[in-house]
Amino acid sequence: MTVPAPYYLALSAVLFTAGTAGVLLRRSALIVFMSVELMLNAVNLSLITFARLHGSVDGQVLVFFVLVVAAAEVVVGLAIIVDVFRSRETVDVDDADALRG
Amino acid sequence: MDVVLFGITAVCALAGGAGVILSRRPVHSALGLLLVLLSLAVDYLLLGAQFIAAAQVIIYAGAIVVLFVFIIMLLSQAGERLGPGAFDGPVAVRFVAALVVLLAAGLIALVTRTPSAPAPVPAAFGTIQDVGRSLFGRYLLPFEAASLVLLVGMIGGVALGRRLGPRT
Repeated sequence: MTVPAPYYLALSAVLFTAGTAGVLLRRSALIVFMSVELMLNAVNLSLITFARLHGSVDGQVLVFFVLVVAAAEVVVGLAIIVDVFRSRETVDVDDADALRG
Repeated sequence: MDVVLFGITAVCALAGGAGVILSRRPVHSALGLLLVLLSLAVDYLLLGAQFIAAAQVIIYAGAIVVLFVFIIMLLSQAGERLGPGAFDGPVAVRFVAALVVLLAAGLIALVTRTPSAPAPVPAAFGTIQDVGRSLFGRYLLPFEAASLVLLVGMIGGVALGRRLGPRT
């Protein structure tokens, strides 16, 4: 590894911050969801970096589990977004503020 | 060589990240997300995680982004204007800007204190054999639990999708 580990971690930090900004700023539920994926990927990058730093494969196994959970999460989340769109004709997160359908 | 590759992927990832949160159309956001995912897959290769890099391309770029694009197409066809008016008001923007600056400063201050000398690793580090041995040995129980998570996700997707028929 000729690239120092803090470079990877800094990239990860900036991507995570961008994802946070997207979650807090955007109104479209789809883009909020994509920003969450961005944050997950930023964390994955730091996990892989630390796995390499410590010479242990455990971090990579953890990233594998994050991939699995992210896949399941995207399926359910997108189904919920489509359902909200069907009942309210919008994907604006500010409009879906009631718990009942 | 590694440094040049890392520079290219870092610029691509940052551009893609900016594209995700700044673009007006969700399709452009999805393309930005795809750029980030592919750049990070190259970074994983640089960090010796071959199996995870392949899984990243197959699962994230191959399945998740395609699912996003499907849903965007579905909702756009239903007549939703997904375009302008996408951001919250100016107060929220200022609040979030302050929050983001603090968060980024804190995170970067934290990561610059990390030691940068990596541990020596064997040549087979991060190959599918290496990860698989760990996955089916020490992490067998979480691995089986992950299959349960996928099953629940599948059932949840079907259960939510069944309600999507014509509303009565």
